[in-house]
Amino acid sequence: MTKPSSTTTLAPAALAPISKLWATVGHVLPWAIAIGFFFVAEGSLSIGTQIMIWILFALSLDLILGYAGIVTLGHAAFFGVGAYAAGLFSIHFSPDPLIGHIFAIVVSGLLGLVTGALILHTTGVTFLMLTLATVSLIFEFGNQTRWLTGGDDGLQGMRVDPIFGMFEFNIFGQTAYVYALVVLFIWFLFSWRLMHSPFGRSLDGIRQNSRRMRAIGTPVWWRLLAIYGISAAMAGSAGALLAHSTRFVGLSSLSLLTSGIVTVMLILGGTRKLYGAFIGAAIYYLVQDSTAKINPHFWEFIVGGMLIITVLFLEGGLMDLGRIGRRLISRFRQRSDLP
Amino acid sequence: MSAGLKVEGLIAGYGETVVLDGLSFELPPGGTLAVLGRNGVGKTTLLTTLMGITTRHSGTIALGDQQIEKLPVHMRARNGLGFVPQEREVFPSLTVEENLQVSALPGGWDIERVYDLFPRLKERRKNTGNRLSGGEQQMVAVARALLGAPKVLLLDEPLEGLAPIVIESLFEALIKIRDETGLSMILVEQKADLALSFARDFVVIDRGKIVHRGPSKELQGDHDRQHRLLGVAEA
Repeated sequence: MTKPSSTTTLAPAALAPISKLWATVGHVLPWAIAIGFFFVAEGSLSIGTQIMIWILFALSLDLILGYAGIVTLGHAAFFGVGAYAAGLFSIHFSPDPLIGHIFAIVVSGLLGLVTGALILHTTGVTFLMLTLATVSLIFEFGNQTRWLTGGDDGLQGMRVDPIFGMFEFNIFGQTAYVYALVVLFIWFLFSWRLMHSPFGRSLDGIRQNSRRMRAIGTPVWWRLLAIYGISAAMAGSAGALLAHSTRFVGLSSLSLLTSGIVTVMLILGGTRKLYGAFIGAAIYYLVQDSTAKINPHFWEFIVGGMLIITVLFLEGGLMDLGRIGRRLISRFRQRSDLP
Repeated sequence: MSAGLKVEGLIAGYGETVVLDGLSFELPPGGTLAVLGRNGVGKTTLLTTLMGITTRHSGTIALGDQQIEKLPVHMRARNGLGFVPQEREVFPSLTVEENLQVSALPGGWDIERVYDLFPRLKERRKNTGNRLSGGEQQMVAVARALLGAPKVLLLDEPLEGLAPIVIESLFEALIKIRDETGLSMILVEQKADLALSFARDFVVIDRGKIVHRGPSKELQGDHDRQHRLLGVAEA
């Protein structure tokens, strides 16, 4: 009897359980690390909170840049407006962080819908310039209205009540960390569901061929506007987390540089994968934090180098390393099964 | 459900360039029309203008009793124009099933019915668009149009570039759609014999104008006349 070849024994059907295992590991790992971090890195929870805020911000960008193909330089506008909305709400209306958070989501989401309605008729460089103009205008508005925003001194004097009246924001950052983790998890589930729905698929189709999507009856502009508004609301939610966890909102949250940083994070991690935001934001923040201790300017050199390597060699960002690793392992297994 | 299409004095083109120069024709509900002519005479432009993709300078388009010439592309599709483009334009990163799901509109075919028509697509439903053969991509393109509740189906050279065996099976599927649904259909096709055997009527376009029209029976099998008529178009 002829012995079946290795390729027969490790046919796609046979590899399916391995793929499923990898997929499960891929889903569980980020959250396990995040939960584990809470217990093992008590002294660094504020860094962990910052990372989760940036992950959420990058995740919001992934919805428009990665899935819908909307290339923007103005995403910080929604992040900053969310942060200011949460801050101003806590100063002038209520220190309840949850109500303030919802307020920030609504304000930034509405801003996304209004600005999106004005600029989503355009494409390419025109659109890019309009997003740049939007964030610059909002930045300047924040800078000029010192009486409201504190100008370049930032918004101070925020009051933040304990969450549900029980969990106070303490100096160790435990409450802020769990708060950020829960908010991130909720938004992630929402994004996952949304991007795997027919609506999410239609965004994929719009990115690939908007003309074809129109010809099959898809109201392209409305779909883009909807995801732009949702993404803005998510970015605003990240801004609200920043405001509540630091009790301060700086003008830099509205800056063009912030838009650039979140874009770099997402491209580093990988677009159109949702988890790419996790990897990109975490790596960026950790590299920045560790190398800045050695030399305050050196981290930009490292991040720039990583970005160049990623763009040149890893089309899908650092997330591609997992895929390449899995492929190498399966090749190795196939070879080791050879007679 | 089927509807008629009435086109009157249609002038259209790209920018200032006029490609269709005052086209008029009528397709009754359930009718089938073959659009013939050599390359570059405006056959594809006719379909893209009906869809609203190409700029219309003047003229009217009525789908059933509704004027659609001023509607945006997606509203024409939602009102019942199903378009199968020449380039197929399958979304490469979506699976077959996802390609079909994004096209589904209320009142259209359901996916199982599409799979009954194209069993091959059911087998390949988990494959992404970039891993399909030309014939399979064409099946997806036709299936997507059917899922969008069309009243009139516009087919732009659906058999172009396919292997003879694939042409045969796809052509059978088109005949099945025609006979079982009674959809109105416009078929742009280079293979005149096939197109004439499919459609009840034909038009020949040359330099943006309809230069001949009539029932397909008149031309079917009469290669001399076909050559003469299409030869006139070639002159």
